[in-house]
Amino acid sequence: MATSYDIAMKQKRSEEDGSAPVIAVNNLRKTFGSHMVLNGISLSVNRGVTLAVLGRSGTGKSVLLRLIIGLEKPDSGSVCIHGMNIAGLALDWIGEIRKKMGYLFQHAALYDSLTVAENVAFPLVHHRKNMSSSERSKRVKQLLAEVGMEGNLEKMPSDISGGMQKRVGLARALALDPEILLLDEPTAGLDPISSGEIDDLILTLQRERRMASIVVTHDMHSARTIANRLALLDQGNVVIEGTFEDLQQSDIGFVENFLKLS
Amino acid sequence: MNTAVNSTIGLIGGFFEWFGNLGIFFWQVLRAAVTPPYEWRELIRQLDEVGSKSFPVVFMAGSAIGVIISLEARYSLSRFGAKSMFPATLVYSVLQVMGPIITGLVVSGRVGAGIGAELASMKVTEQIDAIEASAINPYRYLAATRILACILMLPLLTLVSDACGLLMGWFAQTLVEPLSFHQFIQDGFKGATFSAFLPQTFKTSVYGLIIGLIACFQGMRTRGGAEGVGRAATNSVVLASLFVILADVVLVKLILVVFP
Repeated sequence: MATSYDIAMKQKRSEEDGSAPVIAVNNLRKTFGSHMVLNGISLSVNRGVTLAVLGRSGTGKSVLLRLIIGLEKPDSGSVCIHGMNIAGLALDWIGEIRKKMGYLFQHAALYDSLTVAENVAFPLVHHRKNMSSSERSKRVKQLLAEVGMEGNLEKMPSDISGGMQKRVGLARALALDPEILLLDEPTAGLDPISSGEIDDLILTLQRERRMASIVVTHDMHSARTIANRLALLDQGNVVIEGTFEDLQQSDIGFVENFLKLS
Repeated sequence: MNTAVNSTIGLIGGFFEWFGNLGIFFWQVLRAAVTPPYEWRELIRQLDEVGSKSFPVVFMAGSAIGVIISLEARYSLSRFGAKSMFPATLVYSVLQVMGPIITGLVVSGRVGAGIGAELASMKVTEQIDAIEASAINPYRYLAATRILACILMLPLLTLVSDACGLLMGWFAQTLVEPLSFHQFIQDGFKGATFSAFLPQTFKTSVYGLIIGLIACFQGMRTRGGAEGVGRAATNSVVLASLFVILADVVLVKLILVVFP
């Protein structure tokens, strides 16, 4: 069983070694019943890198994110965060690692009984116990300003648009200053202008915070804009991983088709 | 024939699987509840949700039960020439039998459906996953607080129901045949001890545990969209009410043995 000391030391070592990946997924397999979703995929993401995971619906892109944050357990393989395999950790220690991660859900998953400000304050209330209420309020305003939602503090999630909900979800994901950002379809269901705004926002955040990010998306234009690297999934396998130019130069039929139709 | 056997085996298997999963869920909640950090703010919010907001419905149900018992008791006791037994009949019927069980059933309807639907809705919209992703234990934050609120508030709501039942029962009697409240209380509680009533009131904490546990369990394991939410709410009420009645059978016998 890993202790907090083990986790801290592993993280320190990987930080000292700049080339060590922050997220390393090795030979990950996951099935639901008889349906194989992930069939032994391996990926890694370093600090300051954004990896876009693309693929058809049902290829396990969202499941991959859920496995990385520990919401699902893999059948086999490992998910290492700063060198620690979270699949082998107790719930309390997964919690410690989750504090270093921000997760934007596909439909934002804002708490519908709380206001916009309370949603963003939620992780701070639970994990920054020594923060005074005025400091917390200032931090919430700052986070909401960062995502362009400063004028909507007291609104309920049901009173704002889908794009605005995603912005608030992003502000909540950033509340604990994460080192890892996981974004599940950040532009899905949004109009082109809102999608562009969300892409710009993610790019700005990446420039300022240099997080290790994984973005799951169908949107090739968005992936090309915000990601340094792209991975294309099909039938639970990574078909290709590389830059957009690598994908363009690929002669794999599935990749050519995907790019042509995107 | 084979199909019938298979479906029977499947039904029995499903029954035991449900109980097994409920047991695992209870263990997870218990473990989360006794380890820090404690969710005091959420507990206080739930005490208000379960307690204060159930007050009006418990008040009305308790009052109605008092009037019904008063009408029935007066009629029955008159037939046997035992009208002088009216105060004791009303007091014992309300405090020992009807008050606790009616409170349990009313709260399982209001609170069971509320918790079941709320948590199911949070589950299908990924809000529970979002809580977990924020490194907050949903068993502690959502389930333990709600279950504890039910355990703590049920006896208090039972006292409300009992008081309303006695008051309205006396009032209904007074409309037909004047009886001073002082006389009613004196005759009703003649020879009574605390042990005759306290276990009956505090047994409702077990009802609270059943209502909270089943509603949280049904809500947090929901699958599907709106249909799943509806099913969770319905199952929460039906199962919680059923288990409250079944638990009463055991608790009544247990109380009779422990407090003869």
